[in-house]
Amino acid sequence: MSQTDLEIVVDDPTAPEDDSPSVVSSGTVEIFVCLLLLALAITLGYDNWRTGASWDATGPEPGYFPFYLSIILGGGSLYGLIAALVAHRKAAETFVTRAQARRVMAVFVPTLLFCGVTQFLGLYIASFLLIAGFMRLVGKIALWKSLLTAFVFTAIMFVTFDIAFDVIMPKGPFEAAFGH
Amino acid sequence: MEALGLLLHGFAVLLTWKTLVLMMVGLVLGIFVGVLPGLGGPNGVAILLPLTFTMDPTSAIVMLSCIYWGALFGGAITSILFNIPGEAWSVATTFDGYPMAQQGRAAEALTAAFTSSFIGSLVAVLLITFLAPMISSFALKFGPPEFFAVYLLTFCSFVGLGREAKHKTVISMSLGLLLAGIGMDTVSGNLRMTFGSSELLRGINFLVAVIGLFGISEILLTMEERLALRGHAASISLRVVLNVWKDLPKYWVTLLRSSFIGCWLGITPGGAIAASFMGYNLAKRFSKDPESFGKGRIEGVFAPETAAHASGTAALLPMLALGIPGSGTAAILLGGLMVWGLNPGPLLFVEHKDFVWGLIASMYLGNVVGLVLVLTTVPIFASILRVPFAAVAPMIVVSCAIGAYAIQNAMFDIWLMLGFGVVGYVFKKIGIPLAPFTLALVLGNRAEDAFRLSMIGSGGTLKVFWSNGLVGSITTLAIVLLFWPVIDGLLARVGWTQRTRAT
Repeated sequence: MSQTDLEIVVDDPTAPEDDSPSVVSSGTVEIFVCLLLLALAITLGYDNWRTGASWDATGPEPGYFPFYLSIILGGGSLYGLIAALVAHRKAAETFVTRAQARRVMAVFVPTLLFCGVTQFLGLYIASFLLIAGFMRLVGKIALWKSLLTAFVFTAIMFVTFDIAFDVIMPKGPFEAAFGH
Repeated sequence: MEALGLLLHGFAVLLTWKTLVLMMVGLVLGIFVGVLPGLGGPNGVAILLPLTFTMDPTSAIVMLSCIYWGALFGGAITSILFNIPGEAWSVATTFDGYPMAQQGRAAEALTAAFTSSFIGSLVAVLLITFLAPMISSFALKFGPPEFFAVYLLTFCSFVGLGREAKHKTVISMSLGLLLAGIGMDTVSGNLRMTFGSSELLRGINFLVAVIGLFGISEILLTMEERLALRGHAASISLRVVLNVWKDLPKYWVTLLRSSFIGCWLGITPGGAIAASFMGYNLAKRFSKDPESFGKGRIEGVFAPETAAHASGTAALLPMLALGIPGSGTAAILLGGLMVWGLNPGPLLFVEHKDFVWGLIASMYLGNVVGLVLVLTTVPIFASILRVPFAAVAPMIVVSCAIGAYAIQNAMFDIWLMLGFGVVGYVFKKIGIPLAPFTLALVLGNRAEDAFRLSMIGSGGTLKVFWSNGLVGSITTLAIVLLFWPVIDGLLARVGWTQRTRAT
């Protein structure tokens, strides 16, 4: 059998340690989520009841269907809340460890900033900044590689969407200066 | 046969240079997406959907479905070479695929995986070709009560047959249905649940939610894990391929069994994940030598791959025939249909023959082309994994944002996507399934319309759902499935001897 058996090896120097302490347990998050969903169910249920959740001459009112759905959602989250509270006393399964949370934040915060920058400076500038910044700061990749990758990717996106497929993205002052 | 003639017509629609090029592009993008960590079938399709907005529907669906086939093929590459299942349904493939790669039989394992995916899809496509037109012409007689009963059946079977905690499925589904109702009420024109916000007036777009739920949340989840990998690079020579194919007839029972399991679980919402495990376990149980499974047995690759792909493909059957998606990816394709201005449902087969048969023909063609493509390009795709995740992650984020924005040209949708990303991350970690949510969000409005129209027709009595034999039996079946765990328990207690009437 002819076969080249090269190994592909990729390391992950900033991998989260396995013994990192837990930040919060799954049970606690579950209780929190169920409370939020319950609040949502009550809010939406109230809004639908106000819109009209009963019957009139033409059939069910607009709020009828969603009103009963809010009740189902409320019931489900109430059950979930009780189940989570009961289970909470026994075992505490980890929702996220500190090392994992750090890594997740390392993606989430830049993504949040990216959305903010997109709103004011347009998507392409934000995209360039996100890719270059993320590669350099989080990935510790050489600056020129980061800048080049970011530029090439953003340029490809611009050509593909704005020019070839006519899908117009939000733009800011920078693109305006070039007449786009 | 009529179906054959229409299928030939479908091929005629496809065989233009433009479509073939789009098909190749779709397949390459799909394999790419399947190989990359943190991306898979549904994410890939969702992210790349905006590319198709300006195309005509047939080209668009051909490209999208090819992305899907590509992603399915791509998932097998990482499972076998790196022991990293790209998707949950590739987990069973790693059991025997990775040991084979370790023994230096990676090429053989990959060939087996691709070939069996191809066979699985082929069986499912044959099923679609002949069954879908029949189901849809039957469904043309459906009125609103029948449609609502079918929707109810879909939702109930998710709750009753799903493996997750029941209340979590219920939460996920009712949340999806509720969010689908936000905005303008289609029947009365009233505003609902908008709380005075002009952004919510448009409602929550299904695709925006999907991009957030599957794209952004997947990036967050991937970052949590150790991203180091170590694997075998393999190229496939023609001789290996021919050797594996020569042995294929020996495994016909396994292949056929897995195809059937896959088709069945694909149409019902059991899904590809259950299908792949079931295929693997049954192959092991019926094997003369079950001990050798898990140590690099080629049947252990054939069985799960065939089942997973048969299931992934068969999930498109209810979508085409009834407008009800059988999987998350099918739900996204359905969302695509609506963007392109097509109305999913049984009328599709009557009103858009070109589209439907073009799609079915593209399933055949896409799988053949895909098989050849993966067999020849594995080394290139395997080396994609050398690209550091720190470069891939921000690019995926940008693609997600482009996708979310492009749907309605709304900045609000980018923020919404981010929100759904967080929701998806948290839900996945505490075990709230996302598939029912996706399904509910895409079907919500139509389920509600069907319900209200039947209520208006009947003057407000629920008896309309038992008004004739057809709708009555569907509704009853739905309720049986909803309480299936309870009924199953009861049946087990009486030892199957007594027939308990389940109502």
